[in-house]
Order: sequence, then structure tokens, then C-alpha cells
Amino acid sequence: MPTFVRTDKCDGCKGQDKTACMYICPHDLMLLDKDGSHTGHAMKAFNQEPEQCWECYSCVKICPQQAIECRHYADIVPLGASVQPLRGTDSIMWTIKFRNGTMKRFKFPIRTTPEGSADPTVGKGKPDGAEIGKPDVLFDHDLHACDMSQFVNG
Amino acid sequence: MADYAFGNPEIVEEEVDILIIGGGMAACGAAVEIVQWADSDMKIKLVDKAAMSRSGAVAQGLSAINTYMGENDPSDYVRMVRTDLMGIIREDLVYDVGRHVDSSVHLFEEWGLPVWKQPGDEGKKLTEGGKPVRSGKWQIMINGESYKWIVAEAAKKALGMENIQERVFIVKMVNDKNDPERVAGAIGFSVREHKLFVYKFKACLLVCGGAVNVFRPRSVGEGTGRAWYPVWNAGSTYAMAAEAGAELTMMENRFVPTRFKDGYGPVGAWFLLFKAKAQNGAGEDYQTKNADMLKQHNYGNHAKGHVMGTCLRNHLMMHEMREGRGPILMDTPTALAKLAETMTPKEIKHLEAEAWEDFLDMTIGQCGVWAGENIEPDKEMSELMPTEPYLLGSHAGCAGIWVSGPTDLPGVPKDWSWGYRGMTTVKGLFTGGDGVGASGHKFSSGSFTEGRIAAKSMVQFVRDNKDWKPELATPVSELVEEIYRPVKTYLEHKDYTTAEDVNPHYITPKMLQFRLQKIMDEYVAGVSTWYQTNARMLSIAERKLQMLKEDSLKMRAKDLHELLRAWENYHRIIAAEAHMRHIQFREETRYPGYYYRADFLDLDDDNWRVFVNSKYNKASGEWTFRKVPYVQLIK
Ligand SMILES: Cc1cc2nc3c(=O)[nH]c(=O)nc-3n(C[C@H](O)[C@H](O)[C@H](O)COP(=O)(O)OP(=O)(O)OC[C@H]3O[C@@H](n4cnc5c(N)ncnc54)[C@H](O)[C@@H]3O)c2cc1C
Ligand code: SF4
Ligand code: SF4
Repeated sequence: MPTFVRTDKCDGCKGQDKTACMYICPHDLMLLDKDGSHTGHAMKAFNQEPEQCWECYSCVKICPQQAIECRHYADIVPLGASVQPLRGTDSIMWTIKFRNGTMKRFKFPIRTTPEGSADPTVGKGKPDGAEIGKPDVLFDHDLHACDMSQFVNG
Repeated sequence: MADYAFGNPEIVEEEVDILIIGGGMAACGAAVEIVQWADSDMKIKLVDKAAMSRSGAVAQGLSAINTYMGENDPSDYVRMVRTDLMGIIREDLVYDVGRHVDSSVHLFEEWGLPVWKQPGDEGKKLTEGGKPVRSGKWQIMINGESYKWIVAEAAKKALGMENIQERVFIVKMVNDKNDPERVAGAIGFSVREHKLFVYKFKACLLVCGGAVNVFRPRSVGEGTGRAWYPVWNAGSTYAMAAEAGAELTMMENRFVPTRFKDGYGPVGAWFLLFKAKAQNGAGEDYQTKNADMLKQHNYGNHAKGHVMGTCLRNHLMMHEMREGRGPILMDTPTALAKLAETMTPKEIKHLEAEAWEDFLDMTIGQCGVWAGENIEPDKEMSELMPTEPYLLGSHAGCAGIWVSGPTDLPGVPKDWSWGYRGMTTVKGLFTGGDGVGASGHKFSSGSFTEGRIAAKSMVQFVRDNKDWKPELATPVSELVEEIYRPVKTYLEHKDYTTAEDVNPHYITPKMLQFRLQKIMDEYVAGVSTWYQTNARMLSIAERKLQMLKEDSLKMRAKDLHELLRAWENYHRIIAAEAHMRHIQFREETRYPGYYYRADFLDLDDDNWRVFVNSKYNKASGEWTFRKVPYVQLIK
């Protein structure tokens, strides 16, 4: 299901250096066509290698204009369906449209904390540096119980 | 000021103590752990070819965390992994992941990842005794759309964005000038600016995931991007480690998941949570019907009771397909109807949402296939299909690099650890996640955990080598020349013909990839031979791969994007070669259902219950092999 960009919605991320879709695509597929030489649509983005798209939807979810959608892989899927998300800060809404018109809508939570609030140390103080050589210690001291009698040589 | 342009990049040289290569689960684990132990003057840097918030295998999110001990003992986890991987795993490494992995999951939940809880325990964290919803003995369900986003947020904060460089693709490791058994640096390029980066370091963590698109995919057109594993993980971990001289292990192993056909959507929740059953085209329960097949060729040797290797389940299924009794169908309507017998309509609606969420959280494309074909799982069965093979070390596969294990577990052979946990046989080169061989089933949580474990020992390594100065064995100018060769080749020859892509002086990265995929598919047990090969076929593959490697010197790159593709495909070739050579060396069929040595169909525990380890000599192009005895640590 490679992505496509709608000419009526994409604003080229308002001419900033980094467009959101180019920034996020894990496979370097989205490209801003600055002068229109690739697509005939200047200052709009496009998927430069559709047959390499993993349909991961990273670009779809991040586009501020909701300009990116997917058209299911043409060599596999009949035309007419769509799967479109709207991602907020704590939940995501999905609208699935079947070829025969059936619609399904789902909403799922995505996060329990405010964006940007993750504390890598989870409030635990620095570990005791002397413990660095201990194989059974990581910084948060949260080792699982181990039944050593299960070892052949236990 | 020099004017940098395509073909004339700025060379940026930087010296750090530790370089983390990759920004996936293992890399994020390393980032979070390392700042806790590192000295304040240690310089640590992370480079990722993509953007960390959505890079690697977890880009779409996941619907489950597949490794969480909870009420289970880590020894039981080792037994499960041993059974699944047909009796040959490094039990020390697996145990080490098992005892630490829950702590990582607790961090994820703390950062904001929603973990499903059993009724009555909603809102109660795992650490507060909240009981997770299990979809299997080791799996817990999550609302994981933002899994990677959340984990990357913590990792970025830990390291600081000033120490992170995104969109830098690392091409190769550089050995030390005075000690060829050691790494001193790495070189890569930006896919956004005309910049080439040369890093020198004391230690590095090479965690670039597994290898996808090494084999010809089942799809033919736009759908070739729909690999099950992420199409962008190109075997960089294995290729760069092999070229640096690191010993690889179990590279003959591969993963061939059975998934919903074409969309490759997950089946785990359907089998485990919804209790759906699969049948052949005649409506028969082929698992029961073919159970006796496990007695042939000793394939059932390691199956314990109802637990058997994932490859064996494939084996029973593929038999039906080879015999013309397809398609294989998952009976979703019966499963849902059965559940509905004891459920209210509201509960059923909830269940349906869960089934769709399983796809939407990690394989959105599967929804596209079902919606496009008007498939509603409560009304219609769905086809299953084994995918093309992938090389990986963290999911249900164990290809990878031989690493030093923990020192405190009883009965571990002395030569399985050489000081620094997670270090390869090359000094200063560490790995985790898909990089660590002979220890599968780590998944997202275990890969993150391995990154943490390696981070801690890298800090020790750097302290112990405080006064050591890295010196690159190859001059920077030579490295630059090599990396930009595809660009030079293009600029020099592009006007020789009228068609930019058809030119006797170069090969496009795309065609190089097609050639690799065709060789691997037809000779090294891909889908077109139903995963079968033999010595004669492998020797043809050897010859063809050699020529492909020679032709890789003639790759062209017309822009930075194509330069990225060129080097990704080079990495794929080296990873593919390792895979082929290992299959050639192991004269038995250890993983029926993943691949068959048709000339050695038996599983031969007497001669082959061993690790197969290899070393690649980059200068001569030769591979050397050794067998390392398997040792059982857990009863
Ligand atoms: C479809 C699917 C379903 C899965 N389901 C589950 C599940 O339900 N539960 C679970 O726990 N796990 C699941 N997994 C497994 C899990 O995602 C992996 O085990 C884990 O992500 C591996 O971590 P890693 O760090 O080794 O690799 P990755 O997370 O893939 O990270 C690799 C990183 O390396 C970077 N990179 C690659 N090459 C280079 C280079 N040359 N230079 C610089 N950077 C580079 C990439 O951009 C990326 O950041 C699933 C995976 C997939 C694909
Ligand atoms: S993110 Fe959206 S608006 Fe911005 S360039 Fe891409 S498609 Fe256009
Ligand atoms: S769906 Fe994913 S792979 Fe495809 S263009 Fe968007 S971000 Fe890239």
C-alpha cells in the first residue's frame, strides 16, 4: 500500500527546511519536489520509490495537513478500500473503508503520559558505580527472581 | 569556504569514546543505560540512518511485548527458546536476557506505554502487581502504536539531541592500525547533506537490525516493499561485523514466518488469544493429520509435548502445499463464533476491535488487504502463507554474531566469555538485538535489554582502555574514495548512453538487488524451490555471488538516496553470502520448515548439535568455519 500525497492538501510544510514526511520516513522515501521537476507539482512531497514502501504509516500519521494517504499495493489488492488514521497525543482513530463500502471505526489509546514527559531514569538515583562489574545489576535494580536449582550445575 | 556538492562531500572527523550505530530497540536500551554508568567526561554518540522516533522494526508500533517473564522463571524461558530453535542456543545469553527483561518492560510502562491489564487490575502498574493480559506464556498485550516513539523519547533525553545524529548511514567499520583484531572507527555518510562522517572510538555498539530483501519476495510490483520484517534493515549489522573480522554464529538460521497471505499480518493473537485453527484446502486439520511426520528424519527430537519449534509447524503445513492441498486457511469465523457463545454483544464488539488493533498496531497493510478484498474475519476464512526468508537474531530466529556472555552463571564454558559482556571477538566491537547470534526470542523488550547490558560493559571497556588511542588502519582518503565510488562512477559514465539506467559501465542498486534476490531465491532455498537446496545448487550460488560481489564495485549512485541503496545492497550481499556459506557447511537439515538440505534431510544430533561459527577474511574473500560444542546449562 504505497503512500501518495494529495495535491490539494500538501503545503510542502510551509517551505521549512525539513518537511515532516521526509523527516520521519524510516526508508528515506518521501521527497519534497521543490521546483516541480520530478512531479510537475512544485513544493509538494511525493513517494520516490513506492515499491519500497513498508506502509508503516509513519508519514501518514505525522503529516500536519493529513495530505498523505495509502493506495493499497496495486499488484495485490483490488481498488476502492482505504485505511486512514488520525493520531492525537494520547489516542489514535482509525477509519477503515472496505471496497464494498462497509466502514469500521476504531479508537485506541497510544500513551498514558504527556508527550515529552518520559524520564529515562524513572526517578531512581544513579546506581552505585562499584556495581558496574556485576552481571546481575542494571541501573534500576529490578532483577527477576532466579531459581538457581534449575541449572545443571546449580 | 569550500563548495560542497554531490560527489564532493565535506569530510567531518570526530573522535568519541563510544559510538552507538543504529537507533532501534537495542540502541535505545543502550542510550538509557549508558548515561547511568558513564563518567561525566565520556563522549558518547549515536547515529541512525533514519529518525529514531520511527526507525527500525518497531516503526509502526507493536501490539504485544513478546518477552515478559512475570510469574515464570527465566530457566523456563530458556527451555522454550531451546525447543523453538531446535536444541542449539547459547543458554547463558538467553538466561541473561530472561532475568533482566522485565525491568525493561517496567521502564516502558513508566514512560507511558499502555499495557493491558486483567479485569480488576486496570490502572495498576506491573510493578504494583497489576496482572497483564497474556496472549501466550511469554507475551503481554499492549496498545503499542507509539511504542517506538515513547522508547526513543527516553533514549533521546538520556543522551541529549546534541549527541545524536540522524540520517547518517554507516558503511563500514575500520580496524585499528596497530591491532587488526580491534576496531578503531567507522565511516558513513549523510543522506541529507553532502557530508561524510569519520568516527574514531574506543568502543562501538553495532545494532542495525536484521536482513530483509536478501531473498526475492513473493510480491512482484509495488508490494515488494511489504516484507514481513522491516524492508529497511539491510543486514548492515552482519556485513560490517563480518568485514571487521568478527566471528559469526548460526548464520544458517533464518526465519520464515507463516502469516496472513500478502499483507503478512500477525497470526499470533489469532492462534493464541482467539484460539483459531488452521486447515488445508480440503478442510483437514493437517497438524494432527501430519503429526507422524515429526518421527521422520528425527525432526521431532526436540519437540516436548505440545511445544514444538516454529519451523516444525511450517514443516507440517508446507507438506500440504507441496502436495497440492492448499490453500492453508485460518478458520477465523469458527473461532469468533465459539468465543461469542459465552460473550455479550458488547464483549464481541470489543473483541473485534482487538482483532483489528492487532493489525493496526504493527502491520497496517494487512487491514488494507482485508478491506480491499472485503474480508470480514467473522464471516470468511483467511489464507496463510509462509513468507520469504529473513535473517535475524531477535525474533524467532538466531542468526548473528558470537558474543561474550555473562560470567556469573554456573556451568558456562570458560571460552564463552572473554571479559566484556556483549563484545564480539573483535576488541571494542559490541552488539545486541538482532546482532547477537544463537539466542533468539528476545523480541523488542529483550533487544532493548541486550543494549542495556552491552552499554554497561562498554563503559567498563572504555575505562580499562583509558590511555589507548584509536588509529585507523586505512587512510581517510582511501575510505572516502571507496564510499563515494558509486557517485564517481555515475558522474563519469552517465552520458555514455541515452538511457540513464542502461549502461555497460555501471549497475543500478535496484538491479543489483534483483540479481541478489534471484540467486538466493533459486539456489539458496527461497520460495521458488519450496525452501530446498543442496550442495550442487549452493556451489552455483557461490559462483554467482562472487561475480555479484565483483560487480558491486560498479554500482552507480545518481543521488544520495541511491548511494544509500547502493550500500544497503552491498551489506545485503555480504549477509547473504554468510547465510549461503553456513548452509553449505551444515550438512544436515536442522530447521525443516525454514530450509531443507535435500541432500542431507536428516536432523543429525550426533554430528551437528553444535554451533557453526564462521570468520570472513575481507582481503582474501575466504570464509573459515569451526564447530563449537553446544553445552546444556539448564535442566
Ligand atoms: C512485523 C513485526 C512484528 C513484530 N512483533 C513483535 C511483537 O509483537 N512483540 C515484540 O516484542 N517484538 C516484535 N517484533 C520484534 C522487534 O521489533 C525486534 O526484535 C527489535 O526491534 C529488534 O531490535 P534491534 O535494535 O536489533 O533492531 P531495530 O529495532 O530494527 O533497529 C535497527 C536500527 O538500525 C538502524 N540502521 C540500520 N542500518 C543502519 C546503518 N547502516 N547505519 C546506521 N543506522 C542503521 C535503523 O534505522 C534502526 O534504527 C516484531 C518485528 C516486526 C518487524
Ligand atoms: S508532511 Fe504533509 S504537508 Fe508536509 S510536505 Fe509532507 S505531505 Fe506535504
Ligand atoms: S508509509 Fe512508511 S515506508 Fe511508506 S513512505 Fe510513509 S513512512 Fe515511508
